[in-house]
Amino acid sequence: MTGAAVTILEANLMGASCARVCPVEELCEGACVLGADHKPIEIGRLQRYATDHIYERGVMPFTAAPPTGRRVAVVGAGPAGLTCAGELAKLGHEAVVFERRELPGGLSTYGIVVMREPIRVSLEEVDFVRRLGVEVHTGVEIGRDVTPESLLEEFDAVFLGAGLGGVPALGIPGEYLEGVTEALDFIAATKLAEKDGLDRLNGLPLGRHVAVIGAGNTAIDAATVARRLGAERVTIVYRRSESEMPAYDFEIAFIKQEGVEFRLQLQPLEILGRDGRVSGLRCARVTLGVPGPDGRRSPTVDPTDEVVVPCDQVITAIGQEKPRALIEAFGLESTLGYAAVDEALRTTNPKVFAGGDCVRATGHAMTVTAVADGKIAARSIDAYLASLPVRSALEGTR
Amino acid sequence: MADLSIDFAGITSPNPFWLASAPPSNSGYQVHKAFEYGWGGAVWKTIGEPVLNVSSRYGALNVGGRRLVAINNVELISDRPLDVNLREIADVKRMWPDRAVIVSAMVGSTPEAWADIVRKIEDTGADGIELNYGCPHGMSERGMGSAVGQVPEYCSMITGWVSDVASIPVIVKLTPNVTDVTVPARAALVGRADALSLINTINSIMGVDLDSFELRPNIGGKGSHGGYAGQAVKPIALHMLSAVAGLTEVRAARTPISGMGGIETWRDAAEFMLLGATSLQVCTAVMHYGFRVIDDLTDGLSRWLDDKGIASVREIVGASVPRISAFGDLDLAHRSVARIDPETCINCNLCYVACEEAAHQCIDLTVDGARIDPHRYAGAATTQPVVREDDCVGCNLCSLVCPVDACIEMITLPSGRESVTWNQLMRERPEVLEWDAMLRYRDETGIDIH
Repeated sequence: MTGAAVTILEANLMGASCARVCPVEELCEGACVLGADHKPIEIGRLQRYATDHIYERGVMPFTAAPPTGRRVAVVGAGPAGLTCAGELAKLGHEAVVFERRELPGGLSTYGIVVMREPIRVSLEEVDFVRRLGVEVHTGVEIGRDVTPESLLEEFDAVFLGAGLGGVPALGIPGEYLEGVTEALDFIAATKLAEKDGLDRLNGLPLGRHVAVIGAGNTAIDAATVARRLGAERVTIVYRRSESEMPAYDFEIAFIKQEGVEFRLQLQPLEILGRDGRVSGLRCARVTLGVPGPDGRRSPTVDPTDEVVVPCDQVITAIGQEKPRALIEAFGLESTLGYAAVDEALRTTNPKVFAGGDCVRATGHAMTVTAVADGKIAARSIDAYLASLPVRSALEGTR
Repeated sequence: MADLSIDFAGITSPNPFWLASAPPSNSGYQVHKAFEYGWGGAVWKTIGEPVLNVSSRYGALNVGGRRLVAINNVELISDRPLDVNLREIADVKRMWPDRAVIVSAMVGSTPEAWADIVRKIEDTGADGIELNYGCPHGMSERGMGSAVGQVPEYCSMITGWVSDVASIPVIVKLTPNVTDVTVPARAALVGRADALSLINTINSIMGVDLDSFELRPNIGGKGSHGGYAGQAVKPIALHMLSAVAGLTEVRAARTPISGMGGIETWRDAAEFMLLGATSLQVCTAVMHYGFRVIDDLTDGLSRWLDDKGIASVREIVGASVPRISAFGDLDLAHRSVARIDPETCINCNLCYVACEEAAHQCIDLTVDGARIDPHRYAGAATTQPVVREDDCVGCNLCSLVCPVDACIEMITLPSGRESVTWNQLMRERPEVLEWDAMLRYRDETGIDIH
């Protein structure tokens, strides 16, 4: 079993998280040759068993290469940053991770719902990477506590794996009423509460009728958590039809079984309030036109046809803010608001590399793609460091 | 990492895993590739007499969706020209000096034929020669293979001819198609074999096609008995291995044994070594999954040894042999009873049915702790099987049929009787061979058979 876990971790330092969060139905199990007329091999669960085995026993199968003397700053302690730092440490480079939030682990810690991955698993992974020799500093924000210039000055290379920002504002009246929450904050609160015991989880503020705006995987997660925590009624409000929903099909099927309702082709116009608290969501009906270039039909709001979805809590899940500030801070070029990188994850600054959600301008942003980015970037950084002129041992003393 | 290297009758190899003499070791191309994957050695597919093969050669036993739990074959010894094999053997050995290269041979039963093949094999630089006395099909009808292995006198005589001329170690490969494998094993030692290997394949017929009434594998409408191997034969192989490993002659001379018969995982490998095998031969697992299985075999074995704090694989060879006992030396006072964990029990009642109908009627079905008669019970409550421990004979059957891991545990309880073996009893109370005396003895000692 240890051998199996080592093989997994050699390929994926976040193997324990991926075993829990990967959409295996779309990836390995979806591609399994047994899937056609059998049940696919349950690779996710097997991977979870193997990685649990090694974490329970505190096995450290890797040894870092002799120190190279090179230092790399990693911005963001999510799956991309931790993987990059861990792989660099294995190659003998000194990796220092800076994390804005209080706990490391990124979305594995804050964004993956409790039922799928308790916070413990993510923190164990961080600990594993630390034991490879990686320094992780939390509560340090670039631009606030450390300047980009000082990172570029003090380190031989920089990896940006900072992810994306919070949920953008809806831009409609009422969104600052009590009872309006961003989905990621809502999920993070449940994660932290679970860490401190189930009592706290049950004590979280929760509406009786919860409306979730959006139909991506985060919206599904937030709706599931709200339902499981005991909300009587959870309604997903989405402006297009079911076939346009960005969430995975199996997630949509799952949430229907959980008893979540769908109100489709509704465009939120205003969050209604009473005594400063949410009392409903006023929406306009939407008609769908011809499919656009992405195959999704374009919505047209009919302002004369309004409905009110009754609710006392609104959770917004309409995507995440783009990493504009970080790109500007490092003076990088961008693609559609994301950091622009080549296939080796080099940015327009030769010293700066980037990966994970902050470069994911297209395609699904998954933990496993962030891990892949971390590995690719570590390899590119290693090649970059090797190309630097050899430093004299005396340099520091001159 | 633990040291996996072995010394087998003076033949060294970096790990105990050798390709068995079989289709995977049929050519230089294959053995070379296997060594690149990390195999410690190879026993070349048997060379010797000219042969002609049939087309359609293998049959499989699939069990419950698992493929190739066993394989059978009617393939003969190598059909490639002798000099081609000899040249490739020499090439492989030259390229891989640290690996064990053993050549399996089978020729007609004359001293001249054997002396000739031994000389040719030694000229290749091979490390050892394995005498194929086991092949149960095709060759046996021509007076070779198991036709030799099944007759102890032939076995001694031919081994003697080979030992007279061979300067490299001589390994005799034993056939399992005998009543008592220790008889040909002893015969081989009389013929001065340096080492033994077992088991060769078991004679078998794989099955019949219910539409055509033809046999599987089907060779032009007919079929033939063939050699049976793979995971399904492992318990038979382990028994024969341990029987040979326990022989006084083998223990006294420390005769090395190469074990095979269903080795697929490192766990199988460890069991064969614990029961006396110094080197291990693998065929079916390679035929099923390819040479790459060597990674898991060496990695798993090495990690297991590390976990056990054992520095070298040599330390475990035969470590369980002293635990093999004759039935007459087992402790009749040892008491084991089944205990069903009601928390994990899924109330499937398989244990109840097995005990009631095929064992000793000592499991009750209960509702709220009270025994019920399942034929009259009309209630709606789920029944809970409970073992009457006083009546349980500790046969294990319920725990074997239980579909839930660790739900039925076999517990050791004090029997309140003094330890005694059957052999001891025969010396001290031979009268118990009569039923009256036996019943008196049971009364005295408190043995109550429910």
